[in-house]
Amino acid sequence: MTRSEYVAEFLQFLFSGLTSGSIYALAALGFAIIFNASGVINFAQGEFIMLGGMVSVFLAAAGLALPLAILGAVLVAVVAGVLIDKVAIEPARDAEVVTLIIITIGASILIQGLAQVIFGKGQHALQPFSGDTPLAIGGASLLPQSLWVMAVSALVVVVLWVFFNRTRFGKAMLASSYNRLGAQLVGIDTRRVWLVAFALSGALGAIAGALAAPITMTSYDAGLMLGLKGFVAATLGGLGSGAGAVAGGLILGLAEAMTAGYISSAYKDAVPFVLILLVLFFLPRGIFGSRAVDRV
Amino acid sequence: MSAQPENVVAPLLEVAGLGAQYGRIRALEGVSLRVAEGALVALIGANGAGKTTLLRTLSGVRPAMEGTIRFGGADITRAPSQARVRAGLSQVPEGRQVFGPMSVEDNLRLGGYLRSKADVTRGIEHACELFPVLRDKRREAAGMLSGGQQQMLAIGRALMSAPKLLLLDEPSMGLAPKLVEEVFGTIERLRREGVSVLLVEQNATAALAIADYGYVLETGRIVLEGSGAQLREDAQVREAYLGL
Repeated sequence: MTRSEYVAEFLQFLFSGLTSGSIYALAALGFAIIFNASGVINFAQGEFIMLGGMVSVFLAAAGLALPLAILGAVLVAVVAGVLIDKVAIEPARDAEVVTLIIITIGASILIQGLAQVIFGKGQHALQPFSGDTPLAIGGASLLPQSLWVMAVSALVVVVLWVFFNRTRFGKAMLASSYNRLGAQLVGIDTRRVWLVAFALSGALGAIAGALAAPITMTSYDAGLMLGLKGFVAATLGGLGSGAGAVAGGLILGLAEAMTAGYISSAYKDAVPFVLILLVLFFLPRGIFGSRAVDRV
Repeated sequence: MSAQPENVVAPLLEVAGLGAQYGRIRALEGVSLRVAEGALVALIGANGAGKTTLLRTLSGVRPAMEGTIRFGGADITRAPSQARVRAGLSQVPEGRQVFGPMSVEDNLRLGGYLRSKADVTRGIEHACELFPVLRDKRREAAGMLSGGQQQMLAIGRALMSAPKLLLLDEPSMGLAPKLVEEVFGTIERLRREGVSVLLVEQNATAALAIADYGYVLETGRIVLEGSGAQLREDAQVREAYLGL
């Protein structure tokens, strides 16, 4: 191969990695937000992503314009998040965290089962948001949908940053993740913090799912793998860290794409599991997970 | 300063027959106490007597199993914690519980979470005047402050909600003697400014010296009460809590 062919090949893998990395970053942020609010790892996060894709596909097929279909899917996932919190998590609020995590696994199985009954077992693809004529960049081709994925993910990250650092309720959510007792004692309604965390994570998951659906296809059981990868990305960056979730998602996406490209695509799905083992062995708090500012 | 005036006006805080559990253990049983408007009341007791459980139950972060808590004439036994803060009941918890990674200013701001923007600005001014060190460290992460500074921040944060009654849980714990003096000085000043105080302390000598009235808590029950001076003279108290 010539030099420029090498560059083109690398760019191709890079685009692919950044695209899936952005999706993983959104999934990881969903994990981080709920983990911060409640200490719970929400294993239904993947189902929010699945709902985002599947509900968009079916609403679009029912004749709704694409933006409305996606909006509908986000609403469905938000309602799912609110219901999980109100029906299953809040009544068990004082239980051990492990119990709450098992509840989220139950919720995940329930949502997946309902989706199978309602949507069937088929694979579906959502239409790309703005055509599928690839753009040629440095010899590599970039799908317009990839640009959508990266741009919307970046926008979501900025909106979340502003919410958590500049708004009163966002700061209250952060505060209650740093110290729940302290938050309750200043009058922050921690029940509401949990509820908003679940709603927000539902929305994030659904956005990720709708963005990914034109590229990866989606089905009632798509949530399992995407959820796991989001979890790996969140752990990689340090559970609970926003910047870590984004970095973890991008690192995971790039590692997958490079492994698939340069080694073999057969190993692609093994990458997250190898990464999480490495992280747990060598950086158990993740890359950004140090809470070193706590002095006792 | 008079001791607790009985039956003149309804006391600011009136706890009657309060019971609470800590896990399966009965942590409080039949606790009754009163804090009159403007009074500084001390609650002393050994480790594990139930002092912290009592304060957390008063603030509504732990449930009361039985009994009633009346504050400012209203029954707040089942009210959520934020409603109690809004009513003017604020707590400086054991171990400060500041928001470590957030700045000192953000910690103060969150203390005024339920108040208007203008009140928050005024409250921060007041806290910084009370504790000038907070002004200097405004932008620093709360977790990087020394223990004494964190205690001042925790008190400043609790004052941000403009409380009528301040609950203080072991404010002298882990502090050097000079800082203990400063913290107790601040508590007296707050009382002069009209804030009623319920002070929980293991440092019984210092607490009873400034208190109008005191209660002794033992294994979840109030076993003794009286004016600060009375308790300091009590043989049992002297032996068990004052080390005399």
